[in-house]
Amino acid sequence: MPSLAPAAFRRLFDEIGPVDAVGVEERVAKYGTRSIKKAAKVWGLRTAVSMVDLTTLEGKDTPGKVAALCVKAVRPHDDPSLPPVAAVCVYPSMVRHARRALGAQSPVKIASVATAFPSGQTPLRTRLAEVKAAVADGADEIDMVINRGAFLAGEFARVQDEIAAVVEACGAAALKVIFETSELETYDNIRAASFLAMRVIRAGDFIKTSTGKTGANATLGNNQVMIEAIRDHYLDTGVAIGMKPAGGIRTAKQALTFLIAVKETLGDAWLTNTRYRFGASSLLNDLLRQLEKERTGAYQAPYYFSEAAESY
Amino acid sequence: MSALKTQKRTGRPAPELIFGDLWEFDPAPETADPKLKPRYDLFIDGRFVAPRGGETFDSINPANEKKLAEIGLASVADVDAACQAAARAFPAWSKLPGAERGKYLYRLARLLQDRAREFAVAETLDGGKPIKESRDFDVPMAAAHFFYHAGWADKLAYAFPGATVAPHGVVAQVIPWNFPLLMLAWKLAPALATGNTVVLKPAETTSITALKFAEIVQEAGLPPGVVNIVAGAGETGAALLAHPLAAKIAFTGSTEVGKLILRSLAGSGKKMTLELGGKAANIVFDDAPLDQAVEGIVNGIFFNQGHVCCAGSRLLVQEGVAATVLAKLKRRIQVLRVGDPMDKNTDIGAINSKAQLDKIRDLVDSGVKEGAELYQPACKLPAKGWYFRPTLFSGVQQSHRIAREEIFGPVLAIMTFRTVDEAVEKANNTAYGLSAGVWTDKGSRILKMSTELKAGVVWANTYNKFDPTSPFGGYKESGFGREGGRQGLADYVRLG
Repeated sequence: MPSLAPAAFRRLFDEIGPVDAVGVEERVAKYGTRSIKKAAKVWGLRTAVSMVDLTTLEGKDTPGKVAALCVKAVRPHDDPSLPPVAAVCVYPSMVRHARRALGAQSPVKIASVATAFPSGQTPLRTRLAEVKAAVADGADEIDMVINRGAFLAGEFARVQDEIAAVVEACGAAALKVIFETSELETYDNIRAASFLAMRVIRAGDFIKTSTGKTGANATLGNNQVMIEAIRDHYLDTGVAIGMKPAGGIRTAKQALTFLIAVKETLGDAWLTNTRYRFGASSLLNDLLRQLEKERTGAYQAPYYFSEAAESY
Repeated sequence: MSALKTQKRTGRPAPELIFGDLWEFDPAPETADPKLKPRYDLFIDGRFVAPRGGETFDSINPANEKKLAEIGLASVADVDAACQAAARAFPAWSKLPGAERGKYLYRLARLLQDRAREFAVAETLDGGKPIKESRDFDVPMAAAHFFYHAGWADKLAYAFPGATVAPHGVVAQVIPWNFPLLMLAWKLAPALATGNTVVLKPAETTSITALKFAEIVQEAGLPPGVVNIVAGAGETGAALLAHPLAAKIAFTGSTEVGKLILRSLAGSGKKMTLELGGKAANIVFDDAPLDQAVEGIVNGIFFNQGHVCCAGSRLLVQEGVAATVLAKLKRRIQVLRVGDPMDKNTDIGAINSKAQLDKIRDLVDSGVKEGAELYQPACKLPAKGWYFRPTLFSGVQQSHRIAREEIFGPVLAIMTFRTVDEAVEKANNTAYGLSAGVWTDKGSRILKMSTELKAGVVWANTYNKFDPTSPFGGYKESGFGREGGRQGLADYVRLG
């Protein structure tokens, strides 16, 4: 993908238009007033389970912890009718252990946060080498971070070129591009970053809010700005990009609210784990707990749900 | 997005989103008890009394056309009794220290908050508005008006420095059916804070929450006669406004009735404020944040089924972005949920009355006949009750009836403009002047527009925002006088 000249980026910012923060907050507040009951609730919860990228990203991760995560990912709870989660998400050094635990043919994908996650502050060749190594070890999906330093310095071409280079390094693996929205700060920046990325990634790739390693993570507001960008890009080009909010989504109620945003903004075609994911760990057990509540009419104590994803 | 070039495609259908039934929501009905009585009488001199003529009328739930309650119909004699009671209560009430009157108002506000859910459900059953609106807007905002004016009660000297402040006496108030409880609060709170006594008539299709509020007036221990509520239709209202004891008239309703009132009371010396109809322009420039503008357009015209005097019923959109805005609007209204107002997920509830539904249908028919292009989403409507789909008309011209007459329903007339001057010209080309909206990323343009638009309220990059501190009222045939804020207070006092 050839890099665009600075003037082309000015045109990009004109083309994609501004975002009004107050209006975004007002829009997303309405999702929170939706009341999801009975069969609709069960459908939403099960769909959310199938969209979880079950994540462990700790310095103290071990092959044993990752193996436990993988088993939980394939069979989240006792109920055999429950779907597996979409993927496990681990550091590159853990990819081969995850592959060993899941086997070659697994319904659960392996995602890995390559590119010097979470800061991205290493030379590009190092980041690309990391991506290639993770893919070689068996990663199905790569979660990259963009170069926020370059973005904030106005070097948009560099940001986009680096994303394009990672796309190439991914080969057949799907790519998720993390913006670290809290570091981009404004909705205008988030919208611009979305278009920068979407114009070089492929159908089936994702854009993702955050690393989960900063104070502010996924919010309904930045989710909304990004899915509106995805919608506009799709209507304009026919290329369907996926979305992954990550970090901070801990409760089933939150997850349902995010799904309502998807239903009302992108429509039914995005209510699937090939186009929408939750980057989360503790969310899964709350989804399971709410599903058990719907099934039995009573809340179960937390110790009835195996803890394989939480950080402890 | 406006300028995103649509790529040349050959043979491929344009990509479109699917808003289908993959994830259909189950009904989520609000279950709080509205504590309705089978019959409501008139509230005169601190007591509920049967109308002297013994006549009653039915209040109907517009969502299913079932009778909710029987309401006592106030005759001329009842109106007279109410005005006499208010006149008797006036000397003591007006001489009460402001802080004491303030206490009563705080009490009304708190009691209303205590019974907020009950009132929200009653309001929705009686008027047809979605429960989420009565719950999140009407009732909390009504309480906010009492709180706000309670604060003014002992500070009137500071509101009007250097002037002596005196109440008018008996105030006659007639309110409409679109925000029954909220309009009651807008009227009662400033009148009571300034030391007036009140006779109020709710609209005949929505009397229940006003008469429920009378229970709160009793509970708060307001002296008898300070607040009187008489239900009825036009004749009751006419008798009330013409009553010789009524020193001040406050009316919110249609321009048609407002003109009749003005004509009949000319020369009577009564002080008046009229808040009448509107045909607001919501103006979208090509640099606007379009997704948020679309949200504002939706709030502007579909809030409360469009039964809003300040509804943004005319959309003026700059030509360069007109097609984009229309496409975005069509997608947005596909996910609006029309139906049972008691369902917590309903966005557009029932049309308030059969008469109003007929009026909307007539105007929509005229729009089609005059050549505007109609769009309605294919949503299912309940079999029983009065409902109307959210409706967009594109290609509307200034001379079309749907661009000139107030529809008071979920119907948006979309027109285009090319320049700022043309936008101002078209926006002001109406008999009304209640409100307007401006959507642009450019601050200086907002300031220019707000000085040139002849409208009582100009919202910038938002729409339908209300606050007790902010004066509301119109220009031209939208009426005169203000409600809310210090300006609203001024209409309830004589300054010496």
